[in-house]
Amino acid sequence: MPPKAPFETVVTDHGPTVLRVCRAVLGSHADAEDAWSETFLAALRAWPDLPADANVEAWLVTIAHRKAIDVVRAHRRHPVPVAEVPERAEQTALPGSVDTDLWREVRALPTKQRQSVAYHYLAGLPYAQVADIIGGSAAAARRAAADGVNRLRAQHTAGFARGDGS
Amino acid sequence: MRPTEDQVVHELQDRTSPSAESMAALHRRLESGAERDGMLDVAYRTLDTAVGSLLLAATPTGLVRIAYAVQGHEAALEALAAAVSPRILEAPGRLDDAAREIEEYLAGGRRTFDLPLDFALSHGFRQTVQRFLPTIGYGQTYSYTRVAAEVGNPKAVRAVGSACATNPLPLVVPCHRVLPASGSVGRYAGGAEAKSVLLAMERTTTGR
Repeated sequence: MPPKAPFETVVTDHGPTVLRVCRAVLGSHADAEDAWSETFLAALRAWPDLPADANVEAWLVTIAHRKAIDVVRAHRRHPVPVAEVPERAEQTALPGSVDTDLWREVRALPTKQRQSVAYHYLAGLPYAQVADIIGGSAAAARRAAADGVNRLRAQHTAGFARGDGS
Repeated sequence: MRPTEDQVVHELQDRTSPSAESMAALHRRLESGAERDGMLDVAYRTLDTAVGSLLLAATPTGLVRIAYAVQGHEAALEALAAAVSPRILEAPGRLDDAAREIEEYLAGGRRTFDLPLDFALSHGFRQTVQRFLPTIGYGQTYSYTRVAAEVGNPKAVRAVGSACATNPLPLVVPCHRVLPASGSVGRYAGGAEAKSVLLAMERTTTGR
């Protein structure tokens, strides 16, 4: 087996993408950070034994998918009576802007649509791999992603291009 | 006008994009989680010094690698991944003592190192030589021949050279204090110039 790269390169190369996926799937930044942390701890543990030819990004998204479910389940068992405030200073959108609407609408998507959109469009996984992660067929994953994106498009008939003249 | 699919996707990418601060905070959380769970097999950091950027790496046992920039930090980390473990993170906390002592040493204020060392990257005779090197005092120099004699293998002069050349812990394990009989400075992991700088620095501070 060829030697494994230092795990730090995995964090550098895939950390931001996995966080995007967690944010899109979970909606809340705090939850996304919990899921990201659990994902990379689990990945660090398993890293020496991952086959050398494995698709690292698909592997990480698969772990993140499970960790996101764990985070949601933990909330159900121990509900946190705090209003969710996903928008933070680092976000470019102003409150009430169309961006904020998009964010809310992503959270309102049915789970499979949200997951399919995140795994295909944010992580760049082909539909066959998305289907491996969420279950069902590749065609169903493709439909779910397309439905999700169409729904987001429909919510924005006004458009949300920012200052680019459209 | 309805946004296109590309616009929606672009917007989603934009809106979920993490700041450098978010990633740094998550990285620190990963470092402490890995340490807590006993999975931080190798922690590393870099240190900018007068002899260039140094890579410092430590296992839970101790300092395992110091690499000069000219040796290639990436190559050194890849070698650690292969020889020790790929569970490697940039986690400066474990290197605090090492960084401080090396800075003190390079500033002329420290003559010996008080750091736990891990010789996981060397074996056999090379390791024997490397473990002997710290007994060569600050400001002193030995020839390769003398080191060979001191470790009880007077004919192994070339092997002593190899042991110095492959020293995984230059500076702290002072292979720079071993010189060729010719009187030249000889080769060094950090380059002959770095070796001269260290020897000159030790001579100056010893003469004070």
